[in-house]
Amino acid sequence: MSWKQRHLLGIRHLEAREITAILDQAEAFAEISTREIKKVPALMGRTVINLFYEPSTRTRTSFEIAEKRLSADVYNFNASSSSVVKGETLVDTILNLEAMSPDVIVVRHSYAGAPDLIRRNSSASVVNAGDGSCEHPTQALLDALTIRQRKGSIEGLRVAIVGDILHSRVARSNIFLLQKLGASVSIAGPRTFLPREIETLGVEVHGRIEPAIEGADVVMILRIQLERGGATSFPSLREYFRVFGLTRERLKLAKDDSIVMHPGPMNRGVEIESAVADGPYSVILEQVTNGVAVRMAVLYLIGGGGSVSAAS
Amino acid sequence: MSRLLLKGGRVIDPVNKRDEVADLLVEDGRIAEVKPGIEAGDSEVIDCSGKLVCPGFLDIHVHLREPGFEESETISSGTAAAAAGGFTGVCCMPNTSPPADNASVIEYILEVAERKAAVPVYPIGAVTRGQEGKELAEIGEMVEAGAVAVTDDGSCVMSSKLMRRAMEYASTFGIKVIQHAEDHSLTEGGVANEGAIGTMLGLSPMPGVAEEIIVRRDIALAEYLKLPVHIAHISVAGAVRAVREAKERGVQVTCEVTPHHFTLSDAAIEEFDTNTKMNPPLRAAEDVEECARGLADGTIDCIATDHAPHHVDKKNLEFDLAAFGITGLETCVGLTFDRLVHREFFDFNRMVELLAVNPAKIIGLDRGHLTVGAEAFVTILDPEAEWTVRAEASKSLSRNTPFDGWRLKGAPAGVVIGGKAILP
Amino acid sequence: MEIGREIRELMSTKELDAALTDIAGQIDKGIPDGKLILIGIRRRGAPLAERLSAKLRALGRDVNVGILDITLYRDDLSEIGPVPMVGRTDISFKITGYPLVLVDDVLFTGRTVRAALDCLNDFGRPKLIHLAALVDRGGRELPIAANYVSLAVTVAAGQTVLVMVRELDGEDRVVLLEVDPEIEED
Repeated sequence: MSWKQRHLLGIRHLEAREITAILDQAEAFAEISTREIKKVPALMGRTVINLFYEPSTRTRTSFEIAEKRLSADVYNFNASSSSVVKGETLVDTILNLEAMSPDVIVVRHSYAGAPDLIRRNSSASVVNAGDGSCEHPTQALLDALTIRQRKGSIEGLRVAIVGDILHSRVARSNIFLLQKLGASVSIAGPRTFLPREIETLGVEVHGRIEPAIEGADVVMILRIQLERGGATSFPSLREYFRVFGLTRERLKLAKDDSIVMHPGPMNRGVEIESAVADGPYSVILEQVTNGVAVRMAVLYLIGGGGSVSAAS
Repeated sequence: MSRLLLKGGRVIDPVNKRDEVADLLVEDGRIAEVKPGIEAGDSEVIDCSGKLVCPGFLDIHVHLREPGFEESETISSGTAAAAAGGFTGVCCMPNTSPPADNASVIEYILEVAERKAAVPVYPIGAVTRGQEGKELAEIGEMVEAGAVAVTDDGSCVMSSKLMRRAMEYASTFGIKVIQHAEDHSLTEGGVANEGAIGTMLGLSPMPGVAEEIIVRRDIALAEYLKLPVHIAHISVAGAVRAVREAKERGVQVTCEVTPHHFTLSDAAIEEFDTNTKMNPPLRAAEDVEECARGLADGTIDCIATDHAPHHVDKKNLEFDLAAFGITGLETCVGLTFDRLVHREFFDFNRMVELLAVNPAKIIGLDRGHLTVGAEAFVTILDPEAEWTVRAEASKSLSRNTPFDGWRLKGAPAGVVIGGKAILP
Repeated sequence: MEIGREIRELMSTKELDAALTDIAGQIDKGIPDGKLILIGIRRRGAPLAERLSAKLRALGRDVNVGILDITLYRDDLSEIGPVPMVGRTDISFKITGYPLVLVDDVLFTGRTVRAALDCLNDFGRPKLIHLAALVDRGGRELPIAANYVSLAVTVAAGQTVLVMVRELDGEDRVVLLEVDPEIEED
């Protein structure tokens, strides 16, 4: 197939075959990270700007490694940098960056739709590294790659996603992706964490973790995000762990060969028991490794081809 | 003696039970005669054949932004947009800076309007000081200065006790309280309707039930106090149903709806266009349908635009940060024709009720009719005109509309105010 | 895979197998001692390299086989429109210090081989690099030559040589095809 998308704003804009193409490419790019010289010239001479308005070491580092392994010129722009502190609007920041002709802008922002706003104001390709509670497409892609590596294919799998679905962009991107590739998705969380009409997305909704995990091939645990208004939604972390935490006991409800995933960073003893996080079913560290391969694939597909004028 | 003859139009005047092709003669700013075949003589003649000739439209919910936000709109530009949109009068909202919570701001607005407004301006004062919802503003003085109603629009009068006192106190001066119905504790931090679309896009929710709760509460107060209340920009099916039931019981409740709430649903937000962000937010398809039904069956009394101009700097931002509101004066008539009248929800007569007769009745102004001897406010409409909305051609200073590029059938074709015609 | 009408057959199935046997013999003589490495250039060079390695092992040689995808090293990557899909490179052994033979189906402009050389650079420093091509169709744009060739052929404009292999095309044959000049060669 021929890749046509100039941007990666969300899984909701992708077709199943496009998602599969990214995963296949990621397999090819994973090999590069096993070489002694972990570099290919695919993005040589391309300017990539990491525009991170939210703190994030792991995602930004993962993108940066991917970008540099593709030989791109990388610039990091953090929210604490002076222009944002001085109150510069997002559009002004983009227009200023535009004057330096970036080829790709990788953006993480606390507001949904920020990547869309950037796309409208820039000629660069835009990759969404997380926008508010909306989407985190590369996370869902690396999750999918991990599942595919462990399970062979995604179609027909039962996946349970547990936690603060309401505020989770990881949940949304994963729900879209898993549905498109033919998995069946169950979500579970306290009612205060379940968005209204979420069932319109095609998922099974449960108010307790047990029915969601039962018979699951994949258990995906979400971070409880205290910084995103968790305080009035449930009374205490202790109660959350008792009722919703993924413990060894609860994990027994899933299939014998199930895998446990978490986008990180984890709150040990809140959403997941340490023994499970470090246990034999956990693929959490594989997720991190796959992050670089997936991001290399995405950056290559989006930023690697003809010049902006040739491609458009 | 200055004479203006509107010739050959279909004159629709529900108050005087008139709907016929006739000529309308205006002499020295008053309606002199309405009948077929009036001699032109030395009158200025406006050919209205094929057009509708109606009592002048009145928009009772407009933000003119002056004083304080003149970069977004002024009394001059806002009223020019009103005239271009087919309106012959507007009621302006008090959330200016300083807010219109005392007589001197009301006087200021009227004074500027006297000099610069294209159409008459009827100011609405604030219910509470600073619109903070704590203490009553000097409502009596404001009415004396010319205020025609009070509202804290932008915010809801949340305290039941304060809303009761406001309704009682306002009635002393023969005016109504207009409520912006929104339980802020449920919508805090919200930017979009709570529903399938908001869930998919991860936008902080503004549940429709927040509107319904206040509407039901204020209906209960109106019933209990036997006093009237007017609900601004109704948007949710549950609230419309509450008003319908209340009217059946004889409660003095009236309400208005905006053109965007009978036209667009929250599906329009898909690409985070900030011109789809307003308060109340765009609602689900069922709510849009209920609003259209409510306009047809009499539950909703009038259409009011909630014209909320914003300078581009306030809109060219992330969805969460963008200001709430869109313009509406110049697209109201076109949308009403195209989406409701031409889709047979109701006829021209009802349209005139919704845009001229009822707004005047609700505010208590002697307008909305073409009675011989009355001051001449006339709206001319072309129901068949096909046109494209072009935001950059707007008379408003602001461009925040989601309707740019829309093709509509039905347009305003001019207004007459005090004997002078303003034609497109 | 259909590119165009077949003009004539250049090698039958038997002839292709004989050609590979011949090249294996050439390599055995050209690099007489020690372990050697065959790297097939994706896509069609890969099955050819596998077959060559089997023939060399039958001659008693110690051979490592790998596959190389040159997509990321193409010199025209920034000019073409939509990006081409990248295939997997698999070189899971050390190449430094060993003699290495690049295997490709058709040698034409030489740019594919240049890209392969760049890629190999990132894997190590072979003792020497030779090039084995089943067909040399001339038309070089870079100073690159094959050490081992089976068939040299002149190809007119509007034509191309296709080496079909049963792993990809269901049969083993080499043919001369008419081609729409717009279609990119594999």
